[in-house]
Amino acid sequence: MTWPVIQEEETPEAQHPFTEAWGMFRKNKSAVAALGLLALITFGAIFGPYLYPTDPFEMVWMPFSPPGQEGFLLGTDYLGRDLLAMIINGAKVSLMIGLSAAVMTVFIGVTVGALAGFYRGVVEEVLMRITEFFQVLPTLLFSMVLVALFGASLPMITFAIGIVSWTAVARITRSEFLRIRELEYVMASRASGASNLNLMFGVILPNALPPIIVQSALMVGSAILFEAGLSFLGLTDPNVVSWGQIIGSNRQYILDAGYTVTIPGVAIFVTVLAISLVGDGLNDALNPKLRQR
Amino acid sequence: MGILRTILLRVVYAILLLVAVLVLNFLLMHLAPGDVADTISQSMGGADQEILDEIRVSYGLDQPFIVQLGRYIANVAQFDLGYSFFYNQPVTKLILERLPATLLLVIAAQIAALIIGVVLGVISARKPNGLSNYVVTFLALFGYSAPVFWTGILLLITFSLNVHWFPVAGMRDVTIEGGFWVHFIDVARHLFLPAVTLGSIFLALYSRLTRASMMEVLGSDYVRTAKAKGLTSNQVVYKHALKNALSPVITLAGLQFSAVLSGAVLVEAVFSWPGLGTLAFQSIIARDTPTILGILFFSALVVIIGNLLTDLALRLVDPRVGGQK
Repeated sequence: MTWPVIQEEETPEAQHPFTEAWGMFRKNKSAVAALGLLALITFGAIFGPYLYPTDPFEMVWMPFSPPGQEGFLLGTDYLGRDLLAMIINGAKVSLMIGLSAAVMTVFIGVTVGALAGFYRGVVEEVLMRITEFFQVLPTLLFSMVLVALFGASLPMITFAIGIVSWTAVARITRSEFLRIRELEYVMASRASGASNLNLMFGVILPNALPPIIVQSALMVGSAILFEAGLSFLGLTDPNVVSWGQIIGSNRQYILDAGYTVTIPGVAIFVTVLAISLVGDGLNDALNPKLRQR
Repeated sequence: MGILRTILLRVVYAILLLVAVLVLNFLLMHLAPGDVADTISQSMGGADQEILDEIRVSYGLDQPFIVQLGRYIANVAQFDLGYSFFYNQPVTKLILERLPATLLLVIAAQIAALIIGVVLGVISARKPNGLSNYVVTFLALFGYSAPVFWTGILLLITFSLNVHWFPVAGMRDVTIEGGFWVHFIDVARHLFLPAVTLGSIFLALYSRLTRASMMEVLGSDYVRTAKAKGLTSNQVVYKHALKNALSPVITLAGLQFSAVLSGAVLVEAVFSWPGLGTLAFQSIIARDTPTILGILFFSALVVIIGNLLTDLALRLVDPRVGGQK
């Protein structure tokens, strides 16, 4: 392992941490490109339905009209619905569920990991056993069961994804807490009478954040894939369009119209790829020590 | 003696985990709208309150919660997971019929991903700037970002529909006649695409980890000693270094069992593979709660056994593991 060489130069003016991180992030060209792409996808998800107001549920033409013909850029699906309109409207659901499930994942994971790493002892033992319990249940099956039993509404799907995905975040948070709680500055805060809550979230957490942020970014991607899987299986709110659902409902017709399956898949793939590249960039920016790996 | 005791402890712990899964199952069954009586009455085309109550009494649904839970656990201990009113079969029988297909798929995918992943990882560790490095990086990005069911459909379109190299769906061709090898080859041809699809998610994981761990091992003292003794590069890599570089990869592979099973659900749906995933999917559509929960229990069982086996495998490869808890 090579250590980064510390160059003895004049100390530059102290930068704001965000400026510094952005400087690092900017060096990763593919991450910057991916961030731009993500911005574009988000823009399309929010404003797309207004810019391209075709109803994704409406039969607009004959079924299986190939892309580019008859004025439909991406063609029509097995019910003659405009695939472009479906992709645009599906983006909203995919991104929304991806984001909110990731937020839930991070919330549970950080809480569990922080409590386990901070209090140690019985608390840690119990929480880590619970974490292991959740790791034993195959994630997709468990969330399929939840959605099947309690209904396929969007909040339920988000919950079902979040409740099975937090274990990785919990483990990372715990190990960061175990490391940081022994550092001197934490002892100093403790000695000066900081409350446990303050120590956990005000003193330790800020320094534990970098790997958690990177992991959270990746969680958004996994959650989007997860939602796509569920809706591919038909476990989704029938009143909304989502990318996975387009693939699932068209998959019987791949012989006649492969594009109805290929195109939404590309949308998922590109979005998740962009997120994981941004995650890489965040890793460079926030964990400069690890870059040498 | 020490090893026996740790293994025993692991088994006890595994049983406790299973009981926890059962409690969760039971809670889900209770929280979900509708119960067995509703299901039965639905299959009879409706029933009045009196009959509903009668059914509830005969199934013990009028008993206190804790009694029902105890009975449920006792039943499962005797491999009785309830009765599927949709398939008209005991759930255990239903699941045991489908389990071999899923195990075949999951194990084939894991082994393929491990072997190819390790080979790719070793090659790219030896030549850090070579072509294989780009392959590993590309696979890593693809494996993480592509939805597995989409990968499967793309492979299906390319290799089954366009060039007819592989069958489109299922696990065997019922029209085929012949001896063991004929059937073996038939199943292998059906298995190929699903296993590749499922393996593609994990291939990247294994190759990246092998590369990292191999590079670390190649830099260590004993490898230098082996080189200094005059061994060829191949001998050093495959006889000395690989064994040590493998143990983190095996650990990781063991942790993936639950993820592989999850992936298998989607892959089975794409290729109509007659396994647990397809059964789960069908019983969810049919709202067949006993079967769904039975599958959840069995897949947790598979994951737990998989973890135990990984642990044992790790002890065989790496004697240092023995002492840890």
